[in-house]
Amino acid sequence: MESQLGKDTVRKEARDKVTGAAKYTNDLADAPMRHAKLLTSSHAHARIVAIDTSKASAMPGVRSVITAQDSHLLCGSMLRDRPPLADGKVRYYGEPVAMVVADEEQQAQAAAGKIQVTYEPLPVVNSIAEAIKANPVIVHEQLMSYTKMEQEVYPLPGTNICHRQKISTGNLPKGWADSETVIEGSFTLPQSDHGAMETRAARCIIMPDGRVMIKSSSQAPYSVKEEISAYFNIPAGKIIVQVPLVGGGFGGKTAAQLEVLAVIAARAVQGQWINLVNSREEDLVSSPSHLGLAATIKMGAAKDGKIMAAAMTFYIDSGAYAEISPKLAKAIAVECTGPYNIPNLQCDCCSVYTNHPYAISFRGFGHEALAFCLERMVDKLAFALNMDPFQVRLINAVRPGDLKPTQEKTTLSNTGDIRQCLEKLRTLINWDEGTPIKEANNLIRAKGIACLIKTSDTPTDAGAAVILTFNSDGSINLNCGAVEIGPAMKTTAAQILAERMKMSLEDIHVQLTVDTASSPYYWKTVASMTTYIIGRAVLNAADDALGQLLNLAAIALHCPPEDLDFKDKIVFVKHDPTLYIAFKDLVKGYQFANGNTIKGPLVGRGSFVMSRLRPLDEATGKGKAGSSWTVGAQAVEIEYDPQQHTYRPLKAVTVIDAGKVLNPKTAKGVVMGGMCMGLGLGMNEEFVYDPYGIVANTSFRTYKMLRYGETPNYLVEFVETPQIDAPYGARGIGEHGIIAIPVALANAIASAAQIDVNRLPITPEYIWREKTRA
Amino acid sequence: MHYAGDSIIELHVNGESKSVAVKPSHTLLDVLRKQLSLTGAKPGCANGDCGACTVLIDAMPVKSCLMLAVEAIGRQITTVEGLKDAPIQDAFIRNWGFQCGYCTSGFLMVCHALAMHHPNAEQSVIEEWLQSNLCRCTGYAEIKDAIQSILSGNLHRHRQRGAFF
Repeated sequence: MESQLGKDTVRKEARDKVTGAAKYTNDLADAPMRHAKLLTSSHAHARIVAIDTSKASAMPGVRSVITAQDSHLLCGSMLRDRPPLADGKVRYYGEPVAMVVADEEQQAQAAAGKIQVTYEPLPVVNSIAEAIKANPVIVHEQLMSYTKMEQEVYPLPGTNICHRQKISTGNLPKGWADSETVIEGSFTLPQSDHGAMETRAARCIIMPDGRVMIKSSSQAPYSVKEEISAYFNIPAGKIIVQVPLVGGGFGGKTAAQLEVLAVIAARAVQGQWINLVNSREEDLVSSPSHLGLAATIKMGAAKDGKIMAAAMTFYIDSGAYAEISPKLAKAIAVECTGPYNIPNLQCDCCSVYTNHPYAISFRGFGHEALAFCLERMVDKLAFALNMDPFQVRLINAVRPGDLKPTQEKTTLSNTGDIRQCLEKLRTLINWDEGTPIKEANNLIRAKGIACLIKTSDTPTDAGAAVILTFNSDGSINLNCGAVEIGPAMKTTAAQILAERMKMSLEDIHVQLTVDTASSPYYWKTVASMTTYIIGRAVLNAADDALGQLLNLAAIALHCPPEDLDFKDKIVFVKHDPTLYIAFKDLVKGYQFANGNTIKGPLVGRGSFVMSRLRPLDEATGKGKAGSSWTVGAQAVEIEYDPQQHTYRPLKAVTVIDAGKVLNPKTAKGVVMGGMCMGLGLGMNEEFVYDPYGIVANTSFRTYKMLRYGETPNYLVEFVETPQIDAPYGARGIGEHGIIAIPVALANAIASAAQIDVNRLPITPEYIWREKTRA
Repeated sequence: MHYAGDSIIELHVNGESKSVAVKPSHTLLDVLRKQLSLTGAKPGCANGDCGACTVLIDAMPVKSCLMLAVEAIGRQITTVEGLKDAPIQDAFIRNWGFQCGYCTSGFLMVCHALAMHHPNAEQSVIEEWLQSNLCRCTGYAEIKDAIQSILSGNLHRHRQRGAFF
């Protein structure tokens, strides 16, 4: 049978999605249902003096008004520092303070407005600089008393630093001595938002026997289950989390946030579904966001452009709570050299508390922020050395055998071929024509390039299982815990299964809804790891099912199983294909002519867990954070108006070493989506704070994502250096389109406007200020 | 019994007449989703910024979060559930016009109306119409391919090249 891999394959749920039949959490018909609404903080940092809920409680339809007084509880997936409802003080603008449950959504909303909170404002930590200065205002006075959910969290007492990750390799003084040119740079990136089109939603009901049923728009139903179990001391088996289709995740739907609040509401009002849905404004600031970053980098290179040494300091603006930011610090630290070989290195990466919305994973998991700083440095280095930025990248790009900052050895299989990506990029962006170029119309055309790299930064036990059941037509139901958040991961899993089973994709049925009570475990749908982790589990499940099918067919066909082969839902004798039996006559067991039946309904089982990962050494960072890397190179071409300081992107190019492209159009689409998001971060997107830490842009009218017509032409191409341990060689590519686009844009603008770009987003006003030093 | 403030109104949705009890403050989006179970229109922002709730009112795209249900009395309402094999639906599938699918209903309605009113729309007109909606998954390239594939100018060109039919 012809391979089904590498062909454009329409996603399984396509027809549902163009007819309105596709259901997302808040579309589900659960009745009767009560509605919960939040009252959120109007201050970024304030002591809560009093909360008067009497007026709200007296409003029509109100069943319960809940504050932290009803449940002193601390949450957090790594460090339990976050009360689901502010307890004693508020730490960011938009923080949930109280919750109303009422019969109607409007009633809950109206009552929330009647809750009176008396605040005593506190000085605000409104930037990373304010968080790390001497004698700072402290966001968490009780930092050292918090319970760790994971071991790799190292808070510093008496500071706003909730985690510090160090990397140290080689001999730094020798590196500086070997350097002919040494440059320094400082960079700042603002916090921003995922902007998934579906706002987060959670539902919960406590059943009469105490089972907790949750439906939510989560990328991580199994960790929601485990976290709720830990927070409320409920056995995990009594918690059931169901996730239908999710309207975009981008990392933002990985925290147990609304789910915890929904459980609190459901406990207050027993016996009915609670519906808790974010407004867009809440989704932007109350729920977690994208990190901010401040970085200082010193880099030295020999005359030939070879980077000899680097010293880097990163501070992540994790906002008011730690959530996943210690892991983001780890991710930045372990990848701090990018796809380059830097033999002598010191890196210090801290997650710091501020009075900003708290950060969670975001497409790229910090690598997009890291790439901005690092790839600006490479361009600056090229400028200082009077070399071509392309050549500097090529000279320093990792070769098989080079060591990563974690002292892991790179191979072609585990890293891919960055040089081939760069060479393809050079052609696609027509790099050799030079940049900038003055156009006839007084405009300037310019290009910027940058490289990307990312590993998974998964826990050492990230794994998944897959269950296959069979229908009486011989077709297969594929049940796995991956959430369909957009990139067609269920379809990819089906393709992998169809390929191994040598049957048509039409005969693979995917279960779209994840139900933790019936779908087998999957760590989380994150980190671009679903094809790898779920894919490996699918292959194991397929092999398990095939073994059973062949053994049973051997009995039916009176021959040893090794004489059998299979395709198109049929098992046949290799040397005489006229002897065969169909899957459909095997999947419920084999029935002899006399009616006797052996073996029962067939179930295929497969498991997979990441192998050989280990935590990082606290002092040196030595360890293993992922099974492989994905590398690539990106470019942006712009047209810049030197009078207005406006610009528009003309072309954006990505070349990624995908290992093996399983579904070309889908792969390209996911990469283009990442590029578009990267351009948004580069051009427009940021949270704007007033002097009191209040986010000024909490709607899509003021938080500007790119719209139709504002995007450039995209060119996406793939290199295919197989990752030997990945399903059919396919590497993770889900996040990668975003990573180096903001900095490729910055490098293009630096070239066009002849300015030093050291922050995002790059607005015309910013360029004007840099040009005029206004 | 208290007067709940609800009024019975009749709405013409997808070719059918539906009686619904509404308050004056109910938006059309809320009534479509909660009372008529037409959940294809999505509350992406409830501010008119994202377009995920777009429906057709007398064949023109309207953000149903910005329209009161009572304003829709006597008008023909078409939601994504009312599209019956419209060319744009297939075009979105053929051109990979969506990923998560949450913005899709809104884009389909805008594109469907655009194709009806401006079958030969130029790029600038397409842009003007489609800038009303946000998509966070795609980079809009596939949506552009989808809408262009159903505009009759393109159909005509494809026909001449023999690429269609």
